[in-house]
Amino acid sequence: MIAYWPSLIGGMLIGLSAALLLLLNGRVAGISGILGRLTQGSQVPTNAAFVVGLMIGPSLYRLVSGAWPAVTIPASLPVVVMAGLLVGFGSRMGSGCTSGHGVVGLARLSPRSLAAVATFLTTGIVTVTLMRLAVP
Amino acid sequence: MTRPTWISSAQALAALLAGSIFGLGLSMSGMLDPVRVRGFLDVAGDWDPSLAFVLGGAVAVAFVGMFLRRHLRRPALDTAFHLPATAPVDTRLILGSAIFGIGWGMAGLCPGPALAALSLGLAPVMLFITAMLAGMTIHDRMAAPHPGGSRP
Repeated sequence: MIAYWPSLIGGMLIGLSAALLLLLNGRVAGISGILGRLTQGSQVPTNAAFVVGLMIGPSLYRLVSGAWPAVTIPASLPVVVMAGLLVGFGSRMGSGCTSGHGVVGLARLSPRSLAAVATFLTTGIVTVTLMRLAVP
Repeated sequence: MTRPTWISSAQALAALLAGSIFGLGLSMSGMLDPVRVRGFLDVAGDWDPSLAFVLGGAVAVAFVGMFLRRHLRRPALDTAFHLPATAPVDTRLILGSAIFGIGWGMAGLCPGPALAALSLGLAPVMLFITAMLAGMTIHDRMAAPHPGGSRP
């Protein structure tokens, strides 16, 4: 259990961020939505400020903990490009990603978000399993 | 859309604060690391359950926010809440989420952690973001149901 404290507290901070954005600005903390509106030129200052804050996050973590968060990407570059295309396309078509559906949607008890989370968890699990079997 | 300048500035500051807390939370949670994200999705292999704690903690605290919202007529810095209207589950939602999940599983990256990890200056993350923006644009040009699309 001890090993999971940082994950639990980190998750609670993500929830706090979503609650703050809703109660202060009345907005959903969905990253694909925020990024989509930013690229479409909608409410640029607010959406840009959120993205800048997101990018400051790892530096704040370094201030608190003394180390940068670990980021290891074993995937080859063609796989990274394909994954990025699918994540971008899918998040737009499915109206959200892990944050909008996974955090805010589930907290709102939205049936659409519950269906979305069940779907992307399933295809994510199948993808990882198949890739492990193909390249052990 | 005419509103006092201080409101816009206050909204931007609130967004900056919320974004920073989100990024700090992601960094602390381990979700910034694609290896751990894929470890969570690898339920039949060497399963890493930590992301269940991330999601559980996030939903629990966000739920309190959603509960408080019911007692408010409007958010502190705007005239109304901007929440997506309830809509039925449809093919686009399921197909889009299925495609998203495949991409998420392939590299272990999704939009939030990828944007936060951008500040670490890693080339694969930059490549992922570029491809992700291209994927969003391809969708909006070729597969959008109506201009502008919708939200969760």
